[in-house]
Amino acid sequence: MGEFLGIDHHVWWYLVFGGVISGYAILDGFDLGAGALHLFLKKEQSRRIALNAIGPVWDGNEVWLVIGGGALFAGFPVAYAAIFSAFYIPFFIFLIGLIWRAVAIEFRSKEPGRLWRLTWDFIYSFACIIIALSLGLMLGNVALGMPLDQNKEFAGNWLSFFNPFSILVAITTLALFMMHGAIYLVMKTENRLYAKLTILAKNFTIFFVVSFVITTVYTLLYVNHMSDKIRSSPVFFIFPLIMVLAIANIPRLLNKRKYRHAFASSAVTIATLLMMVAIEVFPNLLYASNNAANSITIDNAAASPKTMRILLTIALIGTPLVAIYTSFVFWTFKGKVKLDEMSY
Amino acid sequence: MDVEILSRIQFAFTIAFHYIYPPLSIGLGLILVIMEGMYLRTGNKLYEQMTRFWIRIFALIFGIGVATGIIMEFEFGTNWATYSKYVGDIFGSALAAEGIFAFALESGFLGILIFGWNRVSPRVHFFSVIMVFLGSMFSAVWIVVANSWQQTPAGFHIVGEGMNARAEITDFWAMVFNPSSVDRLTHVWIGAFLAGSFLVLSVNAWYILKGKHLHIAKPAFKIALVVALVSSLSQLLSGHSSADGVAKNQPAKLAAMEGHFDSASAAPMYLFGWVDKKNQQTKGLAIPGGLSFLTHQDFNAPVTGLNAFPEDQRPSQINAVFQLYHLMISIGMLLIALTVYATWLWYRGKLFEKKWLMMIFAFSVLLPQIANQAGWFAAEMGRQPWVVYGLLRTSDALSKNVKAEQVLFSLILFTLVYTTLFVLFIYLFNKKVKHGPVDAGTPEPIEEGSKRDNPVLQH
Repeated sequence: MGEFLGIDHHVWWYLVFGGVISGYAILDGFDLGAGALHLFLKKEQSRRIALNAIGPVWDGNEVWLVIGGGALFAGFPVAYAAIFSAFYIPFFIFLIGLIWRAVAIEFRSKEPGRLWRLTWDFIYSFACIIIALSLGLMLGNVALGMPLDQNKEFAGNWLSFFNPFSILVAITTLALFMMHGAIYLVMKTENRLYAKLTILAKNFTIFFVVSFVITTVYTLLYVNHMSDKIRSSPVFFIFPLIMVLAIANIPRLLNKRKYRHAFASSAVTIATLLMMVAIEVFPNLLYASNNAANSITIDNAAASPKTMRILLTIALIGTPLVAIYTSFVFWTFKGKVKLDEMSY
Repeated sequence: MDVEILSRIQFAFTIAFHYIYPPLSIGLGLILVIMEGMYLRTGNKLYEQMTRFWIRIFALIFGIGVATGIIMEFEFGTNWATYSKYVGDIFGSALAAEGIFAFALESGFLGILIFGWNRVSPRVHFFSVIMVFLGSMFSAVWIVVANSWQQTPAGFHIVGEGMNARAEITDFWAMVFNPSSVDRLTHVWIGAFLAGSFLVLSVNAWYILKGKHLHIAKPAFKIALVVALVSSLSQLLSGHSSADGVAKNQPAKLAAMEGHFDSASAAPMYLFGWVDKKNQQTKGLAIPGGLSFLTHQDFNAPVTGLNAFPEDQRPSQINAVFQLYHLMISIGMLLIALTVYATWLWYRGKLFEKKWLMMIFAFSVLLPQIANQAGWFAAEMGRQPWVVYGLLRTSDALSKNVKAEQVLFSLILFTLVYTTLFVLFIYLFNKKVKHGPVDAGTPEPIEEGSKRDNPVLQH
C-alpha cells in the first residue's frame, strides 16, 4: 500500500471518488432540479428559457457521473461489482431516466406542435424526478448498509431497498436538487420569470429544510452507525454548522439579489451533506448489515498498489485539464439566457 | 432461459445499439473538422452552412451515443460482477482515463459547438470542433485498449484463486500496448471514418438525386468521398494486419473465422461458404492455401485448426463467426470498389452524372454500419467461450446475486426504450435531412468559389 503526502493511497482515492460524486451532485444537481421543477413553469417561453439555461452544460455535467463510475470501478472494483449488481433494478431505472432526460432535452424543440412539446415536457420532468429519487434511494441504502455474503456480494432482496430511511433520503435529495436548480435558474433569468423562480427557490428551500430535518431526526434515532462519528468527535460538528449557515443564508442572499452567492451557498450545502455521509461511512464503502466482517472497505475493495499509483497520476493530470475547460465552457455561457436560432 | 444467456443477449443488444452512434460521431467529427477548416481558410459561407447543418445532425447522434453509452459503463457491474472484480484493476484504469480525458473533453466542448456560434470567435469555434473530434478519438482509444486486453491479455499477473482470483497490473504500458490493441484501434478508427463519411455521402447523394441544395451537396459529397476513399483503402491494410495478429494470438478464433478444422492441412481462404459443424467441414468458394499464406507466407503450411482445441475451448457459434467475418470483408471490398470508381468518375469530371451510382450512394450509409457490427460480433463471438481469452470464462463472469427474472425485466425495458429511441431518431434525422442545410429566409446561396468578407479577419 503506497502513501502520498503521508496519506494512504486508498484514502486519497476515497477522497477523489467523493470529490467526483460531489462534483456530479453539484453540477448535474442543478440540471436535475431545473428539470424536476420544469412543469411549475407554465409558459412555453419560460420553459424554453429554463431548458436553454442548462442546454450547453448539462451534457458536460453528466460526464461527472461517468468519471465517478470509472473511478469506483478502477479504484475499488470490489465495491463497484457489489454495489451495481445489488442495485440492479433501481440502477437500471436510474439509467433509463438519464436516457429519457437526454432524449427529451434533445427532441422537444425539434417539432413546434403543442402536444409534442407537452409530451416531452412531461417525460423530461418525470425523468428528472425519477433520477433524483433513485439516486437518493441508492445513497440512502449505501449509508444504511445491506446484507453481504462472504464473497462481498449482495445477499438480500432488492425490495428491502424501499425502507423508510432510504425513502426519506430520496425525498431529501429531490428537494435539495429542486432548491439548487431553482437558484441556478434565478441566476440565468430575468423579469417575471426571475421573480417567479425566486419564489419557487424559497419554497423549495423550505421543502428541503423540512425533509432534511425529518431525515436527521430519523437518523439520530434509528441509524446509529450513521451518526456516531459526528457525535463522538466534536471537531466534525464544523460540517453540520457550515451546512446550517449555508442554508440559512440562501433566502437572505436571494432577497438581496446576490444570486451567485446563493448558488454557491446551495453548492456548499450539497458538498457538506455528502462530506458528512462520507465521514460516517468511512472506512467502509458498503457496510454489511448482517455481519460487519463482510463489509466492503476502502482496503479490502482496493485495486493493486500499482493501479492506485496510476490512477492518482491520471487524476493529477486530468483534474486541472477538466477544471480549465469546464470553467471555459461555463464562462462562455455566463449571464442571462438569450434565445437564438440555435437554441432548444 | 438462464442468467448467462439473458445477460449475454442484453449486453450484445445494448452494445450493438450503442455502437451505431459513436462511429458516426467519430467519423462525422473528422468531416466537421475538414468542413469548418475549409470555411476558415476560404471564408466561403457555403462551408459555414454545411458545417452548421452537420453539427445539428452531429448533436442528435452524439446525444443518443452518450445516453446509451452510460448504460455500458455500469452494465459491467450490474450483470458481470465477477468479471468486474477480475478485470477491475486493468479495465478500470482504462475506463477512468476515458472518462476524464475523453468524455469530459468532448462533452464540454460540444456545448460550444452547438450553442457557441454567436458567443465565440470562429477560431475558438473551430478549436472546439477539433477538441470534440479528439475527445471522441480518445474515447475509442481507451475502450478498445480494454477490449483488446480481453482478447490478448498482457502486462498482468493473477492474484488469488477461484472466486477471488483477479488480474493485477504489472506493467501499465504492456497492458495498454497489448499485442492486439494498436491493430484493433486502427481498425475501429477507420471503421468509424467510413461510417461518418458514408453518412455524409448518403445524405448528399440523396440531395443530388432530388436536385436539391446542389451548391452545398456537391462540395460536401466530394469532401466525404475523399475521406471515404482514403479510409476504405487503408482499412484493407489495417484489416490484413489485424487478421495477422489474430492468427498469432488467438488461433481458435482465426480457425472459426475461416471455418478451418484440420490442423494437419493447409488452409484455404474462403470468399464465401458455409460451415458444417457436425461433419467438421467448410464448403464454399476459396483460394486454396490462402490462409496458410496469410499466416505463414507459404501456401502449403499447415494452420492450427479447431480440432487442436478441446470442445470446451472452441467458440460454439462457428458458422456465425465465419459468416459475420466474411460479411465484413465483402462489404469492405465493396466500399473500396465504390469509392475508387466514384473517384475515377470525379477525375473524369463525371461524378454526378450517373444516376444509378448516386442511388447506391444514397443507401450506402448502411454498409459500413453493417460491417462495423459484423466485425465486432465476429470478434466477440470468436473469443467465446472466454470473456478474457484463456483466463476467464463468460459463464464464470456473471453477477452471482442477479436473478434471471431481473435480467429479463431489464432486457424488456431496454428493448422497449431503444426501439422507441431508434424510431424517434430516424424520424428526427429524416426531418433534419428533409429540411436541409439551408434555413428558410436566408438569402440566396453564394456561388461556390466566390468569397465574401473573411469572417476570420473581422475578429
